[in-house]
Amino acid sequence: MVDQTAAPEKQSKWPDIDFKTLGPAIALLILCVIGYLLNPAFLSEGNITNLLTRSAFIGIIAVGATFVITAGGIDLSVGSMAAVIAGLMIIIMNSAVDTLGTGVATVILGCGCSIILGIGAGWINGFLTTKGKIEAFIVTLGTMGIFRSLVTYFADGGTLSLNFDLRGTYRPVYYESVLGLPVPVWVFIFVAIAGWILLNRTAFGRFCTAIGSSEAVAKYSAIKVDRIKTYTYIIQGLCVALATIIYVPRLGSASGTTGVLWELEAIAAVIIGGTVLKGGYGRIGGTILGALILTTIGNILNFTDVISNYLNGTMQGLIIIVAVWLQRGSWGKNKKKTT
Amino acid sequence: MRPTKTLLSLAAAGVLALASAATAQEDKIKIGVSYPTPTHAWAAGMNWHAEQAEKRLEELYPDVDLILVNSPDSGQQANAIEDLVSAHGIDALVVLPFESDPLTDPVLNAKKSGALITVVDRGLSQPNIEDIYVAGNNPELGRVSAQYMKTRLNEGDNIVILRGIPTVIDNERFDAFMEEIEGSGINVLDHKHANWNRDDGFEVMQDFLSRFPDIDAVWAQDDDIAIGVMAALEQASRDDDGIFVVGGAGMKQIIKRISEGDELIPVDVLYPPAMIATAMDVTVNAFKSNGPVAGRYILGATLITQENAMDFYFPDSPF
Repeated sequence: MVDQTAAPEKQSKWPDIDFKTLGPAIALLILCVIGYLLNPAFLSEGNITNLLTRSAFIGIIAVGATFVITAGGIDLSVGSMAAVIAGLMIIIMNSAVDTLGTGVATVILGCGCSIILGIGAGWINGFLTTKGKIEAFIVTLGTMGIFRSLVTYFADGGTLSLNFDLRGTYRPVYYESVLGLPVPVWVFIFVAIAGWILLNRTAFGRFCTAIGSSEAVAKYSAIKVDRIKTYTYIIQGLCVALATIIYVPRLGSASGTTGVLWELEAIAAVIIGGTVLKGGYGRIGGTILGALILTTIGNILNFTDVISNYLNGTMQGLIIIVAVWLQRGSWGKNKKKTT
Repeated sequence: MRPTKTLLSLAAAGVLALASAATAQEDKIKIGVSYPTPTHAWAAGMNWHAEQAEKRLEELYPDVDLILVNSPDSGQQANAIEDLVSAHGIDALVVLPFESDPLTDPVLNAKKSGALITVVDRGLSQPNIEDIYVAGNNPELGRVSAQYMKTRLNEGDNIVILRGIPTVIDNERFDAFMEEIEGSGINVLDHKHANWNRDDGFEVMQDFLSRFPDIDAVWAQDDDIAIGVMAALEQASRDDDGIFVVGGAGMKQIIKRISEGDELIPVDVLYPPAMIATAMDVTVNAFKSNGPVAGRYILGATLITQENAMDFYFPDSPF
């Protein structure tokens, strides 16, 4: 089993792999052409920068989701997790203003707490899934509800807002550019590269793929399945924490409506990118393209009034299904031969 | 004639109230207040105002007992209303229904038990159930916003609109706005749904800014959207060329900025979460006032400007 699913990775069938690898890229290219035809301002520098920066949230979270899904799991709690981490970060930073002031120290404290919270939340998901022997879908459905209601509770139903002076200090993390690219895009690039190396060039990445293909076989092959699976959820939590760190300075607030449906967007990005939902095969590069495709669809819909506003969801749904269907056309044939 | 009629019905209501109060163990006037669990800022503001009104009214009238219950969905709200009727034996029910259809029957049952019914904001699907109706005015919100736009803009000026979640409320506001703006020569470049959400407001406005080089004003319809819009304007450095944003609802942060004379957000149009308090006041008056109170109370969509901003500023409210 492991060998079979690993076979396409060894690049034995060029034409098939080419189509699979290039599929999402072609889709993105077509979308960009459509966007440009609808309105040349689509390719303006400002819009491209907006697009990339916006993709960063979902993209970073989706890199984490790629590991979870490759290892045969699923994490539905990421959107709520982002909201609760954002809320707690704001509370912590606001209360630290008295002692640490409104300088960089407070922001670093907030970011540090965010990372710890993300790792902690990911560990809880992983622990309950592996040691608690509860299906990941159920565990993360549960934590999704818990995290969501916690942020509503912390905000007293309203909105948590970051101290105004602190916002000034923290603001550049979202709005400033380094070498022509906004900071969130750099974080996105860094996370993508780290994720790619981890998945494709380390034993950990191979273990994830093996577990996703067949947990039983992985276990007999002396892979510490529970530990590896827990690590995937911790990576997911860490990615959510990083996304939150760049999200909070954007509007300086968090509420019960922060990050709603991010989990579905992240999962959609992963699947559009060519990762298999039931595990065993993951592609970080595809995930990045998937996240870009999703953001581009929303952006294009805002650039035209040809399509009724009420049909935005329909367009998004159609494009997602078509994008995946195009890939699976060849994937299906390939699978039939090998199995 | 009408007053006597209403007085008579009031008297009847009073007798009913007394009758059910007699069957209840305590001798208090019990008023149940049922509304959705606050999961977003506006509802949290409503919850806060309901609690404030409870404190104030119970202090004012020691024989009035207000019972506040919030429910996370329609089904549970129906149960909560049943409990208020059967367990508490309420004399009056103030209800902001989650949805109209599923809650019509439970409220009708409460009415059959003899309770006075006050419906807030969202009507029921059958007429004549409620004795008192208190609501904000959605078309008026759109109209007042458009009227303000007309005072500030000239023929040929361009605006963009960020709408809420596609619902009847959003349509009422939007249609009334468009009707009022028609014929003024102001161009509505485009309108997109920003779902009464800050993040969506930010992203939709970013795209509007990339798409349209010349925008003179933004109708954000809602204060959460307005906050996202202002962040996008700031990011694009287009917040200081005379452009202005009109929000709606009456969020405290926005009211504060208006009171300080902010040019980017000079006005706000009221759609007050405090309407629940109005409803509670009117309902208590049904038992306490010598004047008639049954009827429909449609609150004005007041234009909040720098002059009157402090009247609508509640710094302790979460909204």
